[in-house]
Amino acid sequence: MPEDLNWAIGGEAGDGIDSTGKIFAQALSRAGRHVFTSKDFASRIRGGYTAYKVRTAVDRVESVVDRLDVLIALTERTIDENMNELHEGSVIIYDGERTTMQNVEIPDEMIGLEVPLKRLAEEAGGAIMANVVALGAACEVTGFPIENLDESLEKRFGDKGEAIVENNKKAARAGQEFVQAEYDHDYGYSLETTDNDYVLLNGDEAIGMGAIAAGCRFYSGYPITPATDVMEYMTGRVDQFGGKVVQAEDELAAINMALGAARAGARAMTATSGPGIDLMTETFGLVATTETPLVICDVMRSGPSTGMPTKQEQGDLNMALYGGHGEIPRFVVTPTNISECFWKTVEAFNLAEKYQTPVFLVSDLALAVTEQTFAPETFDMDEVEIERGKVVDEDDIDGWQNEKEQFQPHFPSADGVSPRTFPGTSGGAHMTTGLEHDALGRRTEDTEVREEQVEKRERKVETAREQEDWDYREFGDPDADTLVVSWGSNEGAMREGLEMLADEGLDVRFISVPYIFPRPDLSEEIEAAEQTIVVECNATGQFADVIEHDVLERVDRVNKYDGVRFKADELAEEIKDAVAEETEVSA
Amino acid sequence: MSSDIRFTDFKSDKQPTWCPGCGDFGTMNGMMKALAETGNDPDNTFVVAGIGCSGKIGTYMHSYALHGVHGRALPVGIGVKLANPDLEVMVAGGDGDGYSIGAGHFIHAVRRNVDMTYVVMDNRIYGLTKGQASPTSREDFETSTSPDGPNQPPVNPKALALSAGATFIAQSFSSNSQRHAQLVQEAIEHDGFGFVNVYSPCVTFNDVDTYDYFRDTIQDLEETDHDETDADQAKDKILDGDKEYMGVLYRDDDSVPFDEREGFDQNMSEIPDGAPEGAMDLVREFY
Repeated sequence: MPEDLNWAIGGEAGDGIDSTGKIFAQALSRAGRHVFTSKDFASRIRGGYTAYKVRTAVDRVESVVDRLDVLIALTERTIDENMNELHEGSVIIYDGERTTMQNVEIPDEMIGLEVPLKRLAEEAGGAIMANVVALGAACEVTGFPIENLDESLEKRFGDKGEAIVENNKKAARAGQEFVQAEYDHDYGYSLETTDNDYVLLNGDEAIGMGAIAAGCRFYSGYPITPATDVMEYMTGRVDQFGGKVVQAEDELAAINMALGAARAGARAMTATSGPGIDLMTETFGLVATTETPLVICDVMRSGPSTGMPTKQEQGDLNMALYGGHGEIPRFVVTPTNISECFWKTVEAFNLAEKYQTPVFLVSDLALAVTEQTFAPETFDMDEVEIERGKVVDEDDIDGWQNEKEQFQPHFPSADGVSPRTFPGTSGGAHMTTGLEHDALGRRTEDTEVREEQVEKRERKVETAREQEDWDYREFGDPDADTLVVSWGSNEGAMREGLEMLADEGLDVRFISVPYIFPRPDLSEEIEAAEQTIVVECNATGQFADVIEHDVLERVDRVNKYDGVRFKADELAEEIKDAVAEETEVSA
Repeated sequence: MSSDIRFTDFKSDKQPTWCPGCGDFGTMNGMMKALAETGNDPDNTFVVAGIGCSGKIGTYMHSYALHGVHGRALPVGIGVKLANPDLEVMVAGGDGDGYSIGAGHFIHAVRRNVDMTYVVMDNRIYGLTKGQASPTSREDFETSTSPDGPNQPPVNPKALALSAGATFIAQSFSSNSQRHAQLVQEAIEHDGFGFVNVYSPCVTFNDVDTYDYFRDTIQDLEETDHDETDADQAKDKILDGDKEYMGVLYRDDDSVPFDEREGFDQNMSEIPDGAPEGAMDLVREFY
């Protein structure tokens, strides 16, 4: 019996796959089990194939694996799509009475449970509850106490009235009882519940929550997969804290509105994905040269162009590092897991205001659309610190004025950080421009002033390099010969992969980097290792490039660019191959 | 806000580099007069400009100001106003900035109806790049990039505005300083998006749409029986291709600005030192 269970519901988009999966995932989470969810989905509203997958264990789970133990298949295609993950003893729940499912053939080594989902739902009060009947059947198969489903059903259907909730509970039980009565089988699962207290959320939600916690009051954006959840999360919630979300007419407007709000003194953010980032690129330099604090979040998906909107990729790193003409001082922060989506967002706002620069918060689809359980204290709001940087008010403004009592918003201070006044501050009126400017913010082409301002802006980055901790997270065996480095969402799969590799006798040191610029200096670590492998979801190894540049040493690469995130077992295999290749070369 | 603010308080000590005789001098002076007249001062005023000759305005005025990228001044202004509704926000642009590269923002700013003022210095040519056709250039206007004329009808910004649901549309002429300042003032006082298109002649590159041309043809709506609250009358005047008008073409007295409708009533620059009170509820929601 596996230590953890991999469960999925699949069908056509529009079949209620997401909400059904979420009801089950939340029930598991509330029952004190760890949960890690993932989604297979296509860029369409109805039809096609879509699935919601849940991995659950009592111990923490950090990634998805290539295994499916229980599958609720609402369409034949769902079975085909998942055949490579199904194994001997996998249970497939399906409605054999559906005309499209009558010819389903379940492979001999698997267990097919034919459950009349629709008929049982009708008997319980309505065909619409067919998925809930399936959930009841799944409870029976997995040994998950069905009472634990009730609270999720209440949460999901509570708005529709008590009768609907009761009908759903009835429907779930009808599924459970049908399996009990018709199939006398021990499936070998018994999902224990615990007293642990968990919350279940995805990376986009964590970013939105982090933004609100950090005092973000203004969010402007334009809908795009997979960043839209950030906007949807903030809509309605930020209002409770005095903020607002504005849906702009396009990404150009979105970033410029956010820039305007930031100039007015608000903590402001916009979030988008690759194609939207392209449009926003025009304004990156303006944000940087006007020294406006702004958090620009890119939730990456497969590119180039519109690429694969619902698939994973980490292909925008070069954009974040180099996007925009001219030289743009900036920070690039890359959360490596869902809790970091929260904390790095908080940090991004502090960095933006302390150094008055654009901060690119680069997340990815794998973080955005998957949910994971956390103890609520993981997001301890008392730990949130707000640093607004060098904000000047009416009382100390004269210290930043010139002899003509003009405020100097771009004063070339020793640390490169300028004083900042919010509009409305008496004596602080000033102009600033995307043109090169002097300390007063006025246009100049004077060579000396130009040099002074370029150096001043760069100095902020140097100051930040010295003052902030650009650290990394480390896992595995610190003395291992093999060093694996990754950024972004690969951390989870790699952490589990480490254990698999260790079981096979291969010890690995793993470094997960949440900062791309500035970034930790890994020279010593790379020098200490016999082999360095950089893992990332792109074809060219964009992060491997910058690391090679740092250490002037060739690193090995494990790249994945099929649109799917790394899975723990797959990654362990890839690392093993890379190590074997290196051994061959040196031998 | 002090009551002894004069329009010269909005002047910076920087001398404009506009060509001698440029219409933009008059346009800017009128804006400063209107700001002073409506009780604003430089510290509560935010001026946003885009690119082109018009974009230089923030340098010559004294206020909080931002000179942005081409065509995007309106979204910046909207962001400023929504984040701090106490500010008086004025966006200045040109016909290229506003009706070509920024045309999409223009339409959406009009329909959003945020309580701010948009002044467009319309000289019907690209001046700063030395004389190419602009979206408001005449169909047969010969320029370096349109030797036979653009061969397409000019954009009619006032018609765009009216069709997008504008609540205030005025046409002004920079050379008539008193009337111009008065129209900008009305736009500021209007509850919603006050749009003023200003004929602001380019003396260097446009020898067709000159001061003389406008002086000879323009008709002040004050001298007619135009009812500015009547959308049908506004439509007739705006679509009248034979005449240039000056004055308020349309005003919706029932306008309720976006900021008011949507409850933007806080200065968002004020935030607590840590996470806001009750933030832990945000986490609990994921239970």
